[in-house]
Amino acid sequence: MEHKVAVYICTGCGIGDALDIEELGKVATSENSVPICKTHPNLCSQEGVELIKSDIAGEGANTLAIAACSPRVMYDAFDFENCIVDRVNIREQVVWCQKPNDEDTQMMAEDYLRMSLAKVEKMELPEPYQPEQEVSKNILVVGGGLSGMTSALEGAKAGYSVVLVEKEAQLGGFQNNVKQKVTFPYKDVQDNDIDNLIAAVTGHDKIAVYTGANIEKTSGAPGLFDVSIKANGSTVDHKVGAIVLAAGWKPYDPTKLDEKLAFGASDNVITNAMFEEMFKEEKIARPSDKQDVKNAAFLQCAGQRDPNHLPYCSSICCLTALRQACQVKAQNPDANVYVVYKELRTPGQAEDFYRKAQEDGITFIRCQDPEVKASGNQLTVEADDELLGEKVVLEDLDMVVLATGMVPVTAFGPDFSMEETEEGEEEKKKEEEEEDIIADIIRRSDILNLEYRQGPELPALRNDFPDSHFICFPYETRRTGIYAAGCVRRPMSTATAMEDATGAIMKAIQCVELTSRGAAVHPRVGDLSFPELFMQRCTQCKRCTMECPFGAYNEDEKANPLPNPTRCRRCGICMGSCPERIISFKNYSVDMIGSMIKAIEVPEEDEEKPRVLMLVCENDAYPALDMTGLKRMELSPYIRVIPLRCLGSINLVWIADALSKGIDGIILFGCRPGDDYQCHFITGSELAQYRLAKIAETLDRLVLESERVRVEEIAIIDWERIPEIVEEFMETIEEVGPNPYKGW
Amino acid sequence: MANTETQSILVVGGGMSGLTTAIEAAEAGYDTYIVEKNPYLGGRVAQLHNYFPKLCPPYCGLEINFRRIKQNPKIRFFTMAEVESISGEEGNFDVKIRLNPRYVNEKCTGCGECAKACTMEIENQFNYGMDKIKAAYMPHAMAFPMRYVIDPALVKSDEAQKVKDACPYDAVDLDMEPKTMDLKVGAVVWATGWHPYDAAKLDTYGFNEFPNVITNVMMDRLAALSGPTEGKIIRPSDGKAPETIGFIQCAGSRDENHLPYCSGICCLASMKQATYVREQYPDAKIYIFYIDIRATDRLEEFYYKIKQDENIEFFKGKVAKITEDESTKGLILKVEDTTSEELREVPVDMAVLATGMQPNTAETPIPVQVPYDDYGFVASLDAAPGIYAAGCIRTPNNVSEVVQDGTAAALKAIQSIARR
Repeated sequence: MEHKVAVYICTGCGIGDALDIEELGKVATSENSVPICKTHPNLCSQEGVELIKSDIAGEGANTLAIAACSPRVMYDAFDFENCIVDRVNIREQVVWCQKPNDEDTQMMAEDYLRMSLAKVEKMELPEPYQPEQEVSKNILVVGGGLSGMTSALEGAKAGYSVVLVEKEAQLGGFQNNVKQKVTFPYKDVQDNDIDNLIAAVTGHDKIAVYTGANIEKTSGAPGLFDVSIKANGSTVDHKVGAIVLAAGWKPYDPTKLDEKLAFGASDNVITNAMFEEMFKEEKIARPSDKQDVKNAAFLQCAGQRDPNHLPYCSSICCLTALRQACQVKAQNPDANVYVVYKELRTPGQAEDFYRKAQEDGITFIRCQDPEVKASGNQLTVEADDELLGEKVVLEDLDMVVLATGMVPVTAFGPDFSMEETEEGEEEKKKEEEEEDIIADIIRRSDILNLEYRQGPELPALRNDFPDSHFICFPYETRRTGIYAAGCVRRPMSTATAMEDATGAIMKAIQCVELTSRGAAVHPRVGDLSFPELFMQRCTQCKRCTMECPFGAYNEDEKANPLPNPTRCRRCGICMGSCPERIISFKNYSVDMIGSMIKAIEVPEEDEEKPRVLMLVCENDAYPALDMTGLKRMELSPYIRVIPLRCLGSINLVWIADALSKGIDGIILFGCRPGDDYQCHFITGSELAQYRLAKIAETLDRLVLESERVRVEEIAIIDWERIPEIVEEFMETIEEVGPNPYKGW
Repeated sequence: MANTETQSILVVGGGMSGLTTAIEAAEAGYDTYIVEKNPYLGGRVAQLHNYFPKLCPPYCGLEINFRRIKQNPKIRFFTMAEVESISGEEGNFDVKIRLNPRYVNEKCTGCGECAKACTMEIENQFNYGMDKIKAAYMPHAMAFPMRYVIDPALVKSDEAQKVKDACPYDAVDLDMEPKTMDLKVGAVVWATGWHPYDAAKLDTYGFNEFPNVITNVMMDRLAALSGPTEGKIIRPSDGKAPETIGFIQCAGSRDENHLPYCSGICCLASMKQATYVREQYPDAKIYIFYIDIRATDRLEEFYYKIKQDENIEFFKGKVAKITEDESTKGLILKVEDTTSEELREVPVDMAVLATGMQPNTAETPIPVQVPYDDYGFVASLDAAPGIYAAGCIRTPNNVSEVVQDGTAAALKAIQSIARR
């Protein structure tokens, strides 16, 4: 596209009062020979917008630099189809946080316009990615338990074809063993209706069910997955667009429990899961001799909430124990039934069932550390009752039921990142040392068998749950187009699992719809740009294939990166990782940001006007900077801000570019990394810090001080801290002295 | 059901669940409308300082959601709007929406000249009445949409014309009247959220009587930079730094005289707030009075972390009564120590009541017949054919759960309009 540039300067909201607009306009007209440059007192008004529209229609303007307010506001007014639009934020980030009619304020505004003109010159309108093969809108659901079946049925009801794969011979999963359940409205036990769900799923013409089946391999990418399903001795291939992982959980291995819980010491010590099987098959009886149960104790948190076993809480065991206790009581109203708990957890309306259990005559004992003693068929539980303040001994127990927790099926199997590579361990180790990046935990759990360079299953962050640990976006896993649902994601009740499964297939549907339009999924939804690689210059360094948080790249046998654009989230982390700078997007590139940096005017040393480049995360730090303006807090006039899609897209060449042109310091604003990371692209801010740790080489080469480059964690609500941080950095720069490269 | 006119989804409530439903459905290609009664989107989470367990600001996620709205023409939203009536049937509903006057039109640039000209002050609802704001105001620091609101009291006052004249963009419209608007939609998702249980009903806790008794929702405003004290946690009575704080769990929850159910989130919210106190006052003594700490799934690890703080004491017992020392305005918490069965008196500088979540449907039900449970929660996601309930009007939930629920509701609504 041939760029016909037009510049529009709004003089409203105090801009015209604080700046010399005529001089500002000269940056466009005189310096850059921009053919169209207009000012308007209220550019976002209908009249202002019409002014721009008439230039688009009449003059063929197609590349617009709009110097006005932040791009975060008036987005609807300045939305022009088929035009490259850049918003030059001279309101929030210039006149609202700078001294009016000051030489430095004017220089700042002029620089921002220069930077914008350099930017739009390097931008193209993105064209959506269209794969050669047709995009499939079918969805694979892995796991035929309650969650998986719910996903499949809900997806089919919305009109999508679903392939459902279950490893067992029949559908139903764990719920097959559960005869009765407690769910909304939590007043009483209800019959489990899993059979109705099975019938609805098997009877639905849009659902293809494979039982006794496993997935041999999953290759491809969203919209283009190829799945090989092995069932009944033969392999079937399906093309699907997205995947719901609802592979469920296994009970924690009771043989690993502490000895004092006496599992294995007597047949009459069983787990909550074993209780379900017994209750389903027959009546509740003493396991050792099938005698009636007169006394029973339920011990909660067996191997749970315990750093030596499962550090988390499985959420549902309290309610399960209450139900099972009521089931014992229902069978024998004279039975003495005890629940020994650390903390009874029945959130929401489930509290009603706790009340019912109390009314039914269940005895509750609060004890942190009960002990089970087995002697023949009889069991004793000793418990320090915290409420009574004394030791309670429960004697003549016919049965002790241990509440063991849920372990996601993704927790089983060796850790892929610890495996030896084919080339041998040496190389792998060397790579790791060089890279110093903590590899994700991916276990060979034999569920999806992804043909992904980064590993065969979904990465887990904590406790082997394949969850990204986003509070706001719980469905986002680390693999685009694959959404986890149900207890594989976190322990949850049946009611929650059904809802979760419905939500997960919603995300899968959304993924196939967006992918078919060539658009990105969360969080840059709708983004049509995607990375393009100039392969002639690739050195097979593997950084892009290793660093992509979403595993978008595969590798060929020569270690060439093979991008999968439909797996891409458009964060630009690969672009930042590439030392050869061969990765770019149509509207976001190393060259584009580099050109913006080069457009900054750096005054001579004797002018005593230092320059600090701020590369900031556009998701959180940029809005925080807007807030400093909105709050009319004053910021140093020497800063120049460039927003990045993610701080992880930072390429070290920009640092070198900036320093070699005389910019005195560089400060980076990114999100909090680590366990409680806030980066929308998971590892972006961490990777930025990791790359920056290597900046020493560049600085040494230029014989510059390390203090000139700094990274700061900035959350979106940290606006109050920003002026301080910037001021403190300016002081540091003053101490270090001017960059000797000025004027080179 | 392929009526193109009604191939859209109405979402009532622009909080976390409603936003989620609308955005998720729109991103799958469906037209959605959000109707929100406040002048801003974001609901209760916009009023939170941090989320547990990551201790990160809700605005981080809201900003992304707002960006998703800004770039998606399929989502339209109406603030200061309420649903008056719904008629019709699944796939073809007629909805009447009432638009309350903002007295500021779409020409507003957010420049703030109106507020500068205004001297009248009103109670700041966003901060639960803990401070005052100008009667021409931005609802809160990061409000979306970023547009001013003029309080009706100002419109009626002598100052109205002065404020109108101060606007350089002719954005103040003092003659704005309530309007009604008709929408045709195929499905409705009701997601009107919750409100904190009225602490004044807890008569032994002296909420309105003793200034240093506040609620958990107020505590989040106190800790927020955009709150009444610019983020300083101080005693409302004298602005002093508290040396001791008591968090009182189940204030009205799990109590048959108030809310018989458990609100699920208050334990975690109090522990989160304990971290706010700890950050500002490294030596403050913090008590958490509780019945059971309900930290399910990985939230248990957050509980574990909080327990490591030696100055946070988890005190098993329900506070029976709060009294005030009139001279110091300090509080005395009478609590039965269940482990020793003694009645103890614990003096604190400030008390935070962990009041529970009450569904807004308990007071303002959906304007069509749907089943509710004993507490005013909508009995199921499928409330009625074509009408779905999402978020805290179904069960007390944390943010993550509400997002799941909102996403699920989006699919149910799509099923109502797009059976292929």
